[in-house]
Amino acid sequence: MEELWQALGKAVELLVTFDAEVMEVSGRSLAIAATSCSITALICLPLGSLIHFSRFRGKRLLISIIQTLYSIPTVAVGLFVFVLFSSSGPLGGLDLMFTPAVMVIGQVFLVTPVMLGLTIAALNGVDKAISETAVSLGASRFQAAVITLKHARYAVLTAVIMGFGRAIAEVGLALMVGGNIKGFTRTLTTAISLETSKGDIELALALGMVLILVALVINLTLNRLQQR
Amino acid sequence: MAIIETLNLGQKHRRQYTLKDINLSVDAGDVFALIGPTGAGKTTLLRLLNLLDKPSEGSIIFDGINVTVSNSHYLDIRRRMSFVQQKPVVFDMSVFDNVACGLKWRHQQSETIKQKVGNTLKLVGLSDYANRNALTLSGGEAQRVAIARALATNPEVLLLDEPTANLDPNSITKIEEVLTHTIAEQKITVVMATHDMSQGQYLANKIGVMMDGKLLQTGSPDDIFNSPISREVAEFVGIENILDGEIIDKDGNLATIDVNGITVQAISDYAIGERVYILIRPEDITLTLAGDTTSARNTFHGRIIKATRIGPLFHIKANCGFPLLAVVTRKSAQEMGLTDGREIYASFKATAIHAIKK
Repeated sequence: MEELWQALGKAVELLVTFDAEVMEVSGRSLAIAATSCSITALICLPLGSLIHFSRFRGKRLLISIIQTLYSIPTVAVGLFVFVLFSSSGPLGGLDLMFTPAVMVIGQVFLVTPVMLGLTIAALNGVDKAISETAVSLGASRFQAAVITLKHARYAVLTAVIMGFGRAIAEVGLALMVGGNIKGFTRTLTTAISLETSKGDIELALALGMVLILVALVINLTLNRLQQR
Repeated sequence: MAIIETLNLGQKHRRQYTLKDINLSVDAGDVFALIGPTGAGKTTLLRLLNLLDKPSEGSIIFDGINVTVSNSHYLDIRRRMSFVQQKPVVFDMSVFDNVACGLKWRHQQSETIKQKVGNTLKLVGLSDYANRNALTLSGGEAQRVAIARALATNPEVLLLDEPTANLDPNSITKIEEVLTHTIAEQKITVVMATHDMSQGQYLANKIGVMMDGKLLQTGSPDDIFNSPISREVAEFVGIENILDGEIIDKDGNLATIDVNGITVQAISDYAIGERVYILIRPEDITLTLAGDTTSARNTFHGRIIKATRIGPLFHIKANCGFPLLAVVTRKSAQEMGLTDGREIYASFKATAIHAIKK
């Protein structure tokens, strides 16, 4: 028990002294998750609007499939991206394996179902009269979609934050396609995994605290949004 | 020239017609009121005219273009109209931005937008509310924002769905003032649904009566309120004296009609033997205490069944061998002592009767 308290004390010290390794790994994690989330948002917001505003056969089935993919295991996405980008894979020629770029791509695949599904749900929550009124006032389909998205902005932002939470907290995908290379693809989760297996509990705990801090900020932001 | 025309327009919902065989013609500059009870199909028709829904059958011709053939013109044509719905829908943004929406969507310059929004807010009396979030407004204020938003785009055709329903009297007055001013100043074409007949009569130059998804009669307010073509229309427009009769004699166009064994004289083109409804507006009936004081052709002795005060008027129900309802002012009722059981004479002119074929 005493060892644990010592480790905890050391972890806090690493944090408050802005330990170079902790900062470097945390910075990379945040950068990769933020990049993948931004790209996913750029895909999901228009795609979600397109699905919401279009009438087509199989729409309900498509939404059900998207919702099912919310809980797809990160290792399954990791395996898929690995096969896609490994040297013998169809995109192996791009030579992206074990780079932050492929980690971003993997996270885009991972986060897309959550962000897309929640965007569609957010748009469904907006009174249909809003888009209808816009159309009746001469808005094009695109303009009507924009104003509907504006009315769903808090719920859509929640979808983006949820996506960010999933991206920063995943470990399977980052290990499989990132390779956990020190100073290059090592992230908070892969570092925690490695340091724990090495027995460096202090560093693992410090990194874990950063992750919890990120989760806390996400939760506080979500709560603030939901109170609006 | 008609700016909006519909040909055999019909709409089905779950295999049932909510609108059937609507043949409507609205000329540019017309103020056309659609009146009818709730569920008559007024909103369905307005939604079709605004191209929000596709009709199940028939055509809509807007300014010579058959818009039901293809939807490629939809946006251009919709941008020539504005639609104010019954339930005011305002966007979650400032009053100014709400009114500016339609102009922004038409890619107008920001200076033009500022000027038009300013003028329109002044017209609806909401200049001081420009920076307020529209969601914080009362129902009446929100409806004025919705009307301002529709008017700001200078539409050729303004579609209004019960614009004053469920509003307080002050808001109704304000909205009617705005509409009267706009109609007079902009020579705009208006198609409005209302179940408030006085509003239809007051604002419109043409009226269409809708019931059960059908357009039963169109014409001037005078035609509709004085010469309804059927019993249903007559009942809806407030003609409360509807009597069954048969034409038993004619002298030119002066017909003698037998009603319950009592003869009534009316102007009618129908032939002897025709079964008719005779319609008499309550306000066309004069009540007197002596029978020989009016020159009207029809005078009947009767007794008051019920005298009811409604606002500044008294509604007098009398039995003259057939039931009659008359309206008199409170002052007249008091002076004449028109109370239950009182004997009276009810008189009306032959020209005050409108006879329709049964």
